[in-house]
Amino acid sequence: MIRLSVNGRRRAYAGPPFARLIDALREDWGLTGTKEGCGEGECGACTVLIDGEPANACLVPMGQLDGARVETVEALGTPERLNRLQRAFAEKGGAQCGICTPGMLMAAEAHRRAKGRKDREGICRALSGNLCRCTGYKHIIESVSAALKGKK
Amino acid sequence: MRPVGESAPRKDGPDKLCGAARYIDDHPIPGALFGVTVRSRSASGRIKGVRFDPSFPWAECVVADARDIPGKNAVHLLGDDQPLLADGVVRHAFEPVLLVGHPDRATAWRALENVTLEIEPIEPVLTMEDSVSRKRVIWGDDNVFKTITIKKGDAAAALAQAPVVVEGVYRVPHQEQAYIENQGMSAWFEEDGTLVVMGSLQCPYYVHKALQPIFALPAEKVRVIHAVTGGGFGGKEEYPNMLGGHAALLALKAKRPVKMIYDRTEDMQATTKRHPAVVRHRTGLTKDGRLLAQEIDILMDGGAYMTLSPVVLSRGILHATGPYECPNVSVLARSVATNTPPNGAFRGFGAPQTLFAAEMHWEKIASVLGKDPVDLRRRNAVKVGSVLATGQVLKESVSAGKVLETAVKRSNWTAARRAHARWNKDPGKPTWRGLGLSLVHHGAGFTGNGEVYLKSRAGLAIDRAGRVTVLAGSTEMGQGASSTLAQIAADALGVPYGSVSVERPDTARVPDSGPTVASRTTMVVGGLVRRAASDLRTALAKAAGRAPSGAPAFRRAARKLCGAASERRFLAEYERPAGLTFDDVNYVGDAYGSYGFAACAVELEVDRTTFEVRLLRVFTAQDVGKAVNPRVVEGQIAGGTVQGLGWALLEQCVYKDGALQNPRLTDYVIPTALDVPDIEVAIVEDPYSCGPFGAKGVGEMPMDPPGPAVAAAVFNATGLFLPTLPILPERIQEAADEEAARRALK
Repeated sequence: MIRLSVNGRRRAYAGPPFARLIDALREDWGLTGTKEGCGEGECGACTVLIDGEPANACLVPMGQLDGARVETVEALGTPERLNRLQRAFAEKGGAQCGICTPGMLMAAEAHRRAKGRKDREGICRALSGNLCRCTGYKHIIESVSAALKGKK
Repeated sequence: MRPVGESAPRKDGPDKLCGAARYIDDHPIPGALFGVTVRSRSASGRIKGVRFDPSFPWAECVVADARDIPGKNAVHLLGDDQPLLADGVVRHAFEPVLLVGHPDRATAWRALENVTLEIEPIEPVLTMEDSVSRKRVIWGDDNVFKTITIKKGDAAAALAQAPVVVEGVYRVPHQEQAYIENQGMSAWFEEDGTLVVMGSLQCPYYVHKALQPIFALPAEKVRVIHAVTGGGFGGKEEYPNMLGGHAALLALKAKRPVKMIYDRTEDMQATTKRHPAVVRHRTGLTKDGRLLAQEIDILMDGGAYMTLSPVVLSRGILHATGPYECPNVSVLARSVATNTPPNGAFRGFGAPQTLFAAEMHWEKIASVLGKDPVDLRRRNAVKVGSVLATGQVLKESVSAGKVLETAVKRSNWTAARRAHARWNKDPGKPTWRGLGLSLVHHGAGFTGNGEVYLKSRAGLAIDRAGRVTVLAGSTEMGQGASSTLAQIAADALGVPYGSVSVERPDTARVPDSGPTVASRTTMVVGGLVRRAASDLRTALAKAAGRAPSGAPAFRRAARKLCGAASERRFLAEYERPAGLTFDDVNYVGDAYGSYGFAACAVELEVDRTTFEVRLLRVFTAQDVGKAVNPRVVEGQIAGGTVQGLGWALLEQCVYKDGALQNPRLTDYVIPTALDVPDIEVAIVEDPYSCGPFGAKGVGEMPMDPPGPAVAAAVFNATGLFLPTLPILPERIQEAADEEAARRALK
């Protein structure tokens, strides 16, 4: 039995240890906010935080997660109560089709917590594992920048 | 503040930001089987048999093939040539042959490893050249899906007399849409026999129309529902007809709901791509660079079936001259069949292909004449009163000059080119630097009479509580359609943006507003919503005795207007603006009601050792008529520009025996945040009198100019003229080596 915390809630997992974290999140626990874009760690749409570090949920087997703390986009805020990062994305147009957005937000959240660089280059590096095909990254970077600077 | 012109927050924002928006794979479908597709590995052949490995639990599976189709085995679009499932013959690699459903997703995928198709190969036709020369006839009588010609004046005579003639051949490759959400569909049959299909798609009524003949069902027994869609870019224009048909066929056979979600590899191998093209130019000019004649030959690779190739070719030929006026034009365009997966819609729809050639040809002309390429464009660019190759007279909203001058000024054209020339002369510098620029036009809406045939309808519903809902078949796939239509409705009604909601596209609930394609949603469907709003406003004033002012009066008026009904609907149907005519046999007349114009300046450097290209600055000025939501428009422009930069510098589909060899995001490389600079955008607004609030199209145009601007900048930096995309480091190196060898011979 693998015991872990997901978005602050204790979860026990009894399935095959090589099952992927993304499948446990989506299929077993109904947390469909985490998206699968490529299944091989290239697109970053499934980015979640494991013990505060960003990771591709499509590459992590459940067997590695005993005692881990997993956070997904559902932990950030709700449509009625967006957190600061989400609010910045809403105001600056950081989400278009939205399929990369949960992963982008989690990568940006890790960068924010790590007190990473607030300039464009620093933000681009933090988001460079996350592909977006809609925005050209412009409004995503503006969103993250606004959230990091604490501006509205 | 009036809603139109405001950067209002997107309607779909909060749900998408919380992981609450439901894409097709996020919808729980109780009791559903998971469906997978058995595909041909061969590009061309006869199906001799199917072997099922007996060690696999086939008894738990449902298997469907062409014989299970109750109606016609054809995915209806422009033609009926493409089967839903191959019946006896395969014509391209990854053509679907069988469908397998299993309750467990992983087991369903495993089924694919336990079935083998026995295919007797037939020699395939894999290149456009082999298709044109009829190495073997694989489609129709001559392998040609469509031929179109355009004639203005006498190009041959003008070329014979022209003081300067410049020729060039330009090649552009496939491109993968690479939406981050792979294609997916669910299907089930209701108790009354109604087929319901829900999925990731652009055009609910295309799917609705395609499913009827396959299942021999009347229109009222088919319902198509849009799920939140994670990007389309044209890739979800026609392919969902196929995937929806597959999911529905398995559901019919299994008597259970079915979900089919492609993985990245299957999506890239099997679904449509941008048409590759070869474009030849022969141009006659005066010595000072005025156009006298343009002779253009366009060849596009349509793949194994027709899909949308004739209309892609149509948009391609109509943009082939670029935004320039020339007295004598002759264009021949052909789209041909090959034994490769069918190509289809992709943002720009033929125009990026022909505009790359047109714009790069100016670079060549400039070098032949020894003139500044910007001056040549200035001299020949269209203005109000110009006559296009089809004879269309441009009457209004012609901003080619304005976007060009904006890009020239903001890129610091003359000074930057001079500075780069100095930098490049210094052998100690690690790079060569260059600045390139391109100018394009892009027709908004369906080509020619397309909008007349579509007869689109859209409008509004109002309920007794005064709640207003936009009713349109136009889908939100990231481009901001829902917010834009709500802003138009709110503005025209005089109510706040926040008080207008947008109905989810569902053929049971919204009218057919035509497909969500062709940069038509804001201009055409937005125009219908605006007209419906104006009708509603008049009806409210009539019901209340005067125009309601303020929210309580609006609600009272709504109650009176609805009377005993729970809601009232106001729909408008498309009417062609007066004075537009198009002959779609001879390609004469008003090809598009209006054109957007865009210029793009790209500044880059090329590493002198590795030939890697680094983008330094990208600036673009784009005229959209009126930006209904400037932030949404800027997002479209920045996103489309980066998609164009990817096509120019990174993205390469590698084929072997007609099959894609790099069907993964690991080796088909699209731009990351580190690959592109901040895209600097200037929105130009030169209003179009027949668009709502002056709006023209925006969705596709940003894809057009980056390719030629990049190639022009590489030419400016290195002196190497690369007429073929993508411009990969190895291509630059090859060109540099050839140039060095040529110099050594002299």
